[in-house]
Amino acid sequence: MHRLLFLPIVGAALSLGPVSSVASPEVPPQRQAELIHLLKHDCGSCHGMRLEGGLGPALKPNRLQNWSPEQLAVTILYGRPGTPMPPWRPFLTDSEAFWLAQQLKQGLQ
Amino acid sequence: MMKGLSLLLSLLLLPVAASAAECLTRGTGDMGIVVERAAGSLKVMDTSAHAELFRVEGLGDLSHASAVYSRDARYAYVFGRDGGLTKVDILCGTIAKRIVQGGNSIGGAISQDGSLIAVSNYEPGGVKIFSAEDLSLVADIPATRVDQEKLSKTVGLVDAPDQKFVVSLFDTGESWIIDMSNPQNPAIQRFTNIGKLPYDALITGDGRYYIAGLFGQDGLSLIDLWHPEKGARLILKDYGKGDQKLPVYKMPHLEGWAMAGDQAFLPAVGQHQVLVVDHRDWQEKGRIAVHGQPVFVMARPDGRQVWVNFAFPDNDTIQVIDTETLQVIKSFKPGKGALHMEFSPRGEEVWISIRDQDEVQIYSTRTMELIKTLPVDKPSGIFFTARAHQTGL
Ligand code: HEC
Repeated sequence: MHRLLFLPIVGAALSLGPVSSVASPEVPPQRQAELIHLLKHDCGSCHGMRLEGGLGPALKPNRLQNWSPEQLAVTILYGRPGTPMPPWRPFLTDSEAFWLAQQLKQGLQ
Repeated sequence: MMKGLSLLLSLLLLPVAASAAECLTRGTGDMGIVVERAAGSLKVMDTSAHAELFRVEGLGDLSHASAVYSRDARYAYVFGRDGGLTKVDILCGTIAKRIVQGGNSIGGAISQDGSLIAVSNYEPGGVKIFSAEDLSLVADIPATRVDQEKLSKTVGLVDAPDQKFVVSLFDTGESWIIDMSNPQNPAIQRFTNIGKLPYDALITGDGRYYIAGLFGQDGLSLIDLWHPEKGARLILKDYGKGDQKLPVYKMPHLEGWAMAGDQAFLPAVGQHQVLVVDHRDWQEKGRIAVHGQPVFVMARPDGRQVWVNFAFPDNDTIQVIDTETLQVIKSFKPGKGALHMEFSPRGEEVWISIRDQDEVQIYSTRTMELIKTLPVDKPSGIFFTARAHQTGL
């Protein structure tokens, strides 16, 4: 039962769009600004406002190079059970999480 | 006559906030600082006049910054996220001394006698202790090793009577009492297995009980510092049992001691509740349903009201609890990012940081109405000098 429930979630995560280095067209500019604000201030409460780490690890490109944006998007959407990393599913769409993951991979200025 | 006129003129021409070169001659008892988290600066405030006195810049990454005061309440020691420790002269609006002491820090404490500043670090995990005078290193106490790469993060660092500090280890579930009565030779008493993932801690105002909140399990860990030989014990271990835990979007803070009569008020982790505890036997007395997940649960100094703010996505709301009836008597939305609250020393006012509106709002606690708004760039922590004389703050 549980496995059946889990499968579509993984499926959804894996069907995220292809990696692109430009800003995803699916996230309008105004929403992008909101997401950056969220990243700095709300993710920042655990990862540091400059994403250099806090209770959660630093989210700098060099630390994240072993993960694909898809994998990071899954972590963002579903969290890491057993750790303080919460699921952001209620507040983010797949493409928004993917866009955030891309920003993390690229590094914010 | 001319002299008098030019004095008058220069007074009239005085800018709103004095420039950093001239120091004030006044008491500091009604002063405080507000952290501007994004700009890496802080504002020195006059809490009687509700006015800004100075803006001090160049303090590095101040997200999540906290501060303690020297016992003469002239200097604020500000702990930055980037490991910066800055000693700010609030009468002159200047940085008296600044060091970057670690990679990533989370707060600190000042010793009972005011001579030592302890800083709690995430990276590399541990506690460093400095001279309050010149910020020279006195002791370096690394935390327990977690794996080849890292040491446990340290959290919930407080000062305690008899020249001690108490701290908890997030990754390894420990609390340590650090006795600095001989600064050359710190004595450490370790309590292991206090509970899973302590995320923050507080010490009661009388300096007797150290309480660490646990993220990884239900309950809180308690150490009676009068009887450390009894070890750490788990209290309120049933409060979350059977309830659906919600994801936590911001860790609650256990700061100060929200206490009224025999009752203490604590934020529940992952619940929309404030816990009420009988502080004589540490049994749960009740739970108060609130608007979201509480972050700060702070009692007005006289204990008559408790003010609560909330984690994302409810951080636009403040609620006030009457500690006699345990009812929420006021709910209001001051704006997005209501991050921190600070009461005036005797509690007639409370200052609230509203991050996304770039302002601090000042409320009367009697009428619970807004009195004044001050412009502050992305404000977070507010720290008044009355903290200089309180254990644990
Ligand atoms: C309440 C604290 C908290 C908040 C808020 C938070 N995180 Fe995390 N996050 C963590 C912790 C702790 C970890 C490490 C989990 C582990 O131990 O595997 C983590 C891990 C991650 C990782 C994986 C990186 C790695 O090295 O393991 C990513 C990516 C991430 N977070 C992104 C985000 C984003 C994006 C946000 C905001 C939308 C966010 N986090 C908000 C606590 C938090």
